[in-house]
Order: sequence, then structure tokens, then C-alpha cells
Amino acid sequence: MKPFEYSKAENTTSAIKLAGNSSMYISGGTNLIDLMKKHIHEPDKLIDLTDAVSSEITVQENGIRIGAMVRNSTLAEDSLILDKFPLLSRAILKGASPQIRNMASTGGNLLQRTRCPYFYDTALPCNKRIPGSGCGALEGNNRMSAVIGYSNSCVAVHPSDMCVALVALDTKVEILKPDGNTEMINFEDFHRLPGDNPQKDNNLPDGAIITAIEIQNNSFNKNYDYLKLRERESYAFALISVAAALELSGNLIREARLASGGVAHKPWRWKDAENFLKGENATEENFKKAAELAIEKIAPLEDNKFKTEMLKGAIQQSFMNCVTNR
Amino acid sequence: MKTEASNTYSRRFFIKSSSAFTTLAFIPNSVKSFFYQVKEKFFVKKQKIPLSVSINNKEYRLDVDTRTTLLDLLRENIGLTGTKKGCDHGQCGACTVHIDGERRLSCLTLTAMIPGKEITTIEGLAKDGKLHPMQEAFIENDGFQCGYCTPGQIMSAVACVQEGHTGSTEEIKEFMSGNLCRCAAYNGITRAIQKVAP
Ligand SMILES: Cc1cc2nc3c(=O)[nH]c(=O)nc-3n(C[C@H](O)[C@H](O)[C@H](O)COP(=O)(O)OP(=O)(O)OC[C@H]3O[C@@H](n4cnc5c(N)ncnc54)[C@H](O)[C@@H]3O)c2cc1C
Ligand code: FES
Ligand code: FES
Repeated sequence: MKPFEYSKAENTTSAIKLAGNSSMYISGGTNLIDLMKKHIHEPDKLIDLTDAVSSEITVQENGIRIGAMVRNSTLAEDSLILDKFPLLSRAILKGASPQIRNMASTGGNLLQRTRCPYFYDTALPCNKRIPGSGCGALEGNNRMSAVIGYSNSCVAVHPSDMCVALVALDTKVEILKPDGNTEMINFEDFHRLPGDNPQKDNNLPDGAIITAIEIQNNSFNKNYDYLKLRERESYAFALISVAAALELSGNLIREARLASGGVAHKPWRWKDAENFLKGENATEENFKKAAELAIEKIAPLEDNKFKTEMLKGAIQQSFMNCVTNR
Repeated sequence: MKTEASNTYSRRFFIKSSSAFTTLAFIPNSVKSFFYQVKEKFFVKKQKIPLSVSINNKEYRLDVDTRTTLLDLLRENIGLTGTKKGCDHGQCGACTVHIDGERRLSCLTLTAMIPGKEITTIEGLAKDGKLHPMQEAFIENDGFQCGYCTPGQIMSAVACVQEGHTGSTEEIKEFMSGNLCRCAAYNGITRAIQKVAP
């Protein structure tokens, strides 16, 4: 690791004041310390946010507010979350390990970097790590890579499970900008597609802090599912993951949500499939059609052609699980 | 794309760069490390900070480099080598310790971030010369072979019981998945946990 200065911020205002050109914030450290050991991030200064940012889960008039310092394990086991947004809990528990979830923060989870092997191996080219060096995965080993929304500059995927549930649940991200202003960003607009500058994972302005996320009340707490397919049953990143949720009235679908991890540079919403299902009956046949609508637009790479069938099956299965409440 | 790539990395480029690397490899390590030391001394400022940390109910006052992970502090600075370094990147669980009673990875924890917290390592489990019930259970149930992952497994297992994630064999396996065992003593580990679980 490169030497760095360390300071603990007392509140968000002082954290922003402490920030400089080559400083970075640290919360759980589960991603950042790893990347610093590999010399992928080399900040001159670390600003510890653990005392500065809220670690509270609070009920609001029309939803729930989750402080950015709430640990992943606390969030997954919180009774309010289990009651109102059990999909979120399920997704979190499918990620990482109990030790890592005890450390990882809500804000840090949104900002974790890709697990693309070319990003992690400093001997290989990667536009995300060194802009202009090329994308090694595009024509190289792209088994884990994206199948939609990628560019010639980058085919990496966002690795989070929690974020797949959050994008499905129409979350908002609260940020504090260096100029002192607060802004709410729709979760869907928080992460970005790679385009020509894949070094930027999201639309968080430089030096800004994630202070909280807010989830609006909804009726997706009865028929929901998070399905994660990976190389081993636990403690591995997703090849494909699916968050599905239905608001049913009898057998009629009033609202549907469908999102995936392991497919794109950002947690991906399948809006066409959602719109198709709205107003239809919850049948195996309709779920199959929804899955077909989703995979219609994907364009897999050389090594990840298997993701097409995998995704199709996972979407169908996930909706079936919603109905049977597995 | 393929042709573009081969244009950038021509034969000449390959021969030039590989001969440069070969030359580099012949410089003795002692000379290289001398240069690194000079570079560290004059060009990058290391930061040491005074800290007071509590490990197994004992207070330690130390000056530590800000880069020191809790794992390195335990093993290198304090001499508590029970906690093991498997991967040093959060992928194996060998370095699991308790911080304020919660299981966490010491390889991804900066020492600078833990003052005021209570750390428990494998050395702190036994009380009054008597092994912790989980330690006993690991011995009785063949919860290990080579023993390298064992301190991490036991720290994780104690927390797993405290958290109440021992409802079924499947639940135990899922909530112990953050601890890898290259000897695959998994069945023994699960049995040991079932013995201790309420
Ligand atoms: C072995 C391993 C397996 C894993 N498996 C999974 C998995 O299966 N699924 C999954 O979803 N995740 C997985 N993870 C990733 C884990 O979930 C993330 O590392 C974690 O969520 C990051 O949170 P953190 O608080 O530790 O972030 P940190 O490491 O502290 O920070 C990450 C980034 O966010 C920035 N940052 C942190 N907090 C803020 C804030 N409030 N405002 C602004 N910037 C901030 C930091 O500067 C840094 O750039 C795994 C990690 C490991 C090591
Ligand atoms: S050494 Fe910490 S997880 Fe492997
Ligand atoms: S006992 Fe050998 S690694 Fe687990």
C-alpha cells in the first residue's frame, strides 16, 4: 500500500472540508482496502466516515430512510426492512459473507467497484483502471462480463446484489455535494453506462458523500424473489441475478418489478417486461413472455453466450417463486 | 479489434520490452530494495499515529503506520500469531476476529479505525485455563486437519451461534461460508457447531 494520511471526520461537513484532490472516503473498507493493497487506488489521504454519516434506519411519512453507514448485516436483519422490503434483505444475504456484511456499509455497497478480472490485474489493460489502455475483456475472457449496455471501451458489470433490489424498489439516493447542497438522485440514474469513459462508475460528483438512501412504501412485500446464480452456492459474485416482485390482486398483476445483476455496468431494470406484465394474469405463460421480452435486447459476448438461456430461465423461475412464495 | 491490438503491440515492442524486463530481473534484489527504501524515505511521507487499542482485555499503546491492518498489527507488532493470514484480501476468513463482539475480517480492517473498540482473537477465547466450548467441540468432532483455517473457523463459529444462525445444517453452512477450509473439514466443523448450538 502507498503511505497515506488518515483522519476521522466528526460530521459530513468536516468530512467534505477534509477532502482534497487525492483523498478518498472510507466506510467499511471491504472494497477500498483490498484495492489499495493492489495499488489500484492510491489515495494520499483517507477520510474515515464511520462517525460522520448516519447509521440509523428511520420511518418517514411515506417510506424508510437508511443512513449510508448502516451495515449490510444490520440492514438485512432489521425488522422494519423484513416487514416492508423483504426483497432487500434477501438480496443482501445472498452477497459476500457474514464477516463482510458486518463491515460493509450501505453507501460503500453502492460504490463498490467491478470484479472484472482485467480491472483487478494491474498487468492487464483496463480502461476503467487506466483510461486509454484498452478493454482486455472485450475480446478476452468475458465469461463474467456484461450482455447489455456495454461499449467497446468497457464490458464490466456492477457486482452488487443489494443494488439490484434497490433499483427494483425505486430507491432514491441522498448525496451531500462539496458545495454544501443536498441532492436526491433516482437509483436508476445513480449508476451509469460505460460509454467512452468507463473510469466513472456512477454520477456521484467528485468529493460528494452518500448520506442516506430512501425507499418509498410499496406493496412488494408479499410476492417477491431474489435469485442468484453463481459458480458456487455461497460467497461468490453473481453470474446472473434476478430481483422480481409482483403486486397482485387475486391472480391479476397490478404492478411488476424486474431487475438483474451480472448483466450490465449498472443494476439493470427490465422495463419492457414489467410493462408487459402489468394488467396481465400471473401465469407461467406470461412469465415466459416477460423473460423473452427481456432477453430480446441482450447481445452476449464470446464467452458469456450461456447467460441468455440462464437469464431467461432465471426470470421465469423468479416470477414463479414470487407466486408460490418460496 | 484484434488487428488493432496487434498493431499496437508489434514484435519490436515485444522484444524491446521483454529485454528491458529481463535486464531489470538481473539487478540484485538488495539493490532494488535499497532504491525503494530511498524512494520511501525521501519522496513519500509515511504517517505514524499513536494509538491505544484493546485486545483480549489488554490495552496496548503503540505508534503505528496508518497502513497497518489489524491482522498485521496482531501478528507482526503484538505477536499474537493465532489469527492467520490466508489471502489478505477478504476471500478466505482465516483472519476472522471479533470486534465489539461481531465477527469481522482483520485483513480488511485498518488499525487506525479501531481505537475504542474491543478486539477478541482466538487467544482470548479460553477462560481461566479452560478451552471455550467451541474449541472443545472442534477437537471432539474433527473440525480440522492441518489447522490453518481453524482459528478463523472457531471465531466465526462462536459468532454464528451467538447470532442464532444454527437453525439447520443448511443455515449453518450458509452462515459459515465466509470461512474456507482447504482440507475440507466442513462436515466436522458443522458437527462441532451443532454440538454447541442451543
Ligand atoms: C471476498 C468478497 C466477496 C464479496 N461478495 C459480494 C457479493 O457476493 N455481493 C455483493 O453485493 N458484494 C460483495 N462484496 C462486496 C461488498 O459488498 C462491498 O465491498 C461493500 O459493500 C463495500 O462497502 P464498504 O462500506 O466496505 O465500502 P468501502 O470499501 O469503505 O468503500 C468503497 C468505496 O466507496 C467510497 N465510499 C464509502 N462510503 C461512502 C460514502 N458514504 N460516501 C461517498 N463515498 C463513500 C469509498 O471511497 C470507496 O471508493 C464482496 C466483497 C469481498 C471482499
Ligand atoms: S486473510 Fe483475511 S479473509 Fe483471507
Ligand atoms: S484444516 Fe486445513 S485448511 Fe482447514
